[in-house]
Amino acid sequence: MKVKESFSRKVFNVINYIILGLLGLSCLLPLINLFAISFSQRAMVDANAVTFWPKGFNTAAYEYILSNKQYYQSFVITLGRVLLGWIINLVLIVLVAYPLSKDDPRIFRCRKYYTWFFLITMVFNGGLIPTYLVVSKLHMINSFWALILPEAMPMFCVLITMNFFRGLPKAIEEAALVDGANWFVTMVQIYLPLSKPSLATVSLFIIVSHWNAWFDGLIYMNLPEKYPLMTYLQSVVLKFDVTKITSEQLMLNPKLAEVTGRGIKGALILLCTVPILMIYPFLQRYFVSGVVMGSVKE
Amino acid sequence: MNVKEKKKNWFQKELPFHLMLLPAVIITFIFKYIPFVGIAMAFESYTPLKGMFDQKWVGLDNYRYLFSLPGFGSVIWNTVFIAVMKMVGNLIFPVVIALLLNEVREKHFKKTVQTVLYLPHFISWAALAGIFIDILSPSGGIVNQLLNALGIKSVFFLGDSSVFPYTVAVTDIWKELGWGTIVYLAAITGIDPTYYEAAKIDGANRFKQVLHVTIPTILPMILLMMVLSVGNVLQAGFEQVFNLYSPQVYSTGDIIDTYVFRIGVIEAKFDLATAVGLFKSAISFILIMIGYKLADKLAGYKVF
Repeated sequence: MKVKESFSRKVFNVINYIILGLLGLSCLLPLINLFAISFSQRAMVDANAVTFWPKGFNTAAYEYILSNKQYYQSFVITLGRVLLGWIINLVLIVLVAYPLSKDDPRIFRCRKYYTWFFLITMVFNGGLIPTYLVVSKLHMINSFWALILPEAMPMFCVLITMNFFRGLPKAIEEAALVDGANWFVTMVQIYLPLSKPSLATVSLFIIVSHWNAWFDGLIYMNLPEKYPLMTYLQSVVLKFDVTKITSEQLMLNPKLAEVTGRGIKGALILLCTVPILMIYPFLQRYFVSGVVMGSVKE
Repeated sequence: MNVKEKKKNWFQKELPFHLMLLPAVIITFIFKYIPFVGIAMAFESYTPLKGMFDQKWVGLDNYRYLFSLPGFGSVIWNTVFIAVMKMVGNLIFPVVIALLLNEVREKHFKKTVQTVLYLPHFISWAALAGIFIDILSPSGGIVNQLLNALGIKSVFFLGDSSVFPYTVAVTDIWKELGWGTIVYLAAITGIDPTYYEAAKIDGANRFKQVLHVTIPTILPMILLMMVLSVGNVLQAGFEQVFNLYSPQVYSTGDIIDTYVFRIGVIEAKFDLATAVGLFKSAISFILIMIGYKLADKLAGYKVF
């Protein structure tokens, strides 16, 4: 049945497209502006002449950042925490979500106690200073593990995975158990292959939160060379000063005279965020269902 | 089978589950439960050289001191003010945008807008703060350039203490706008098309259909989001405020979490910082519990 659109409907459509289009632009234009500034000549940036297209194209800001050891060191640390954090978090999440998804007390009587044990940490915590003291008493200050272990068990992801496990048909598992498989085998060979969508969602959350984390690096690392990427970015955004470029650096690379503080910050922000922004559109169809399953938090 | 044998059997049967949970229990115990012990600092006069239990016990003196400070009341007020603005905005705008997106018939346009609106959610506040500091700058930021072009004087969004809380709220609502639509779009997709057909036969135009079919169906979801956000009354967003604020906006922009950071990490007054942290955790805990209870009562939704 094809209904002819009324005039008011057409007007609404136009307004609707404009509103949504403008909102969409508001998400893109700041990044494009930053991109343009980071590739522009100093005089143009200082004169506020750059909007959405580089003026006096040059790459001095990027050369400055990439000639600096710190960017690579921090990049490696972030890559390491993303990979290792992803593996450790995912293993712990599955190992917790699987037993807790057994809500039949005849199968797992102690489930209730474990559930409470973990859930309490979601609604109450010791706070910043007590947690910091525990990490420092364990001699983990300046250690890579301080970025991984304290948040190795994200409860939000456990809930998503647990709810997904619960929704899987019980009959397959029962059949496997009758055939003599034990719980570990059932978990690895039956549940995991069926849980790819939920594991993909959870993976996205873990990867994004590890990539974006900066506060743990700030408080647990005393040495800037141990900073992960976002902590390094944060310190540059707050403290960077163009006058810190030394005359020796200028001699080696005369192009640095073209560098502006805004350009450097813009370039670094793009170098730190674009990698993560490349990933999420590919996982979009997964995280949509994951968010709905876990709409518990936020 | 006697009782003893039965008990042994039961334990053996469940042993794999206990083994699976063991690593997570250890990690959680160390990093979440041992810090609970440190809460004792809130009631002590803490000197770092002595052990946790050799400290001088001062009871509620830390709290008496805190509440006698002239700035502490405004810190609490700032926190609640910013957090409540965010709660309201994060509740209303995603619903409106989800309804608008649902009216888009052009599939590619809809998908593109969705993808773009999700984008800010994936950017760390460390980076996003850098972006806002640049574009909101009164000397050459594009936002103020645009305002000037429209004949409006430059606004010092991040440096003017009377504007700062609103800047914080608006930028946060903007960041989570797209992400918040996901749950509503999912609920709207699940609506049985025959409802719309029935409404059409009854003579409802598109607007009436939204009013009488779409909104009532997503109302439970809106209600649920509302009660679950009750726990956020003291969550003004540390990561955001910490990266955007500066001493000239402390009077309206300093929130509990940034205050804890400054007295705890920078001034190393562990006892006072823990006392403030505990104050916040305790109130948040009560609010979260109220939210969960309401979710169960009103929407039949069990969080656990």
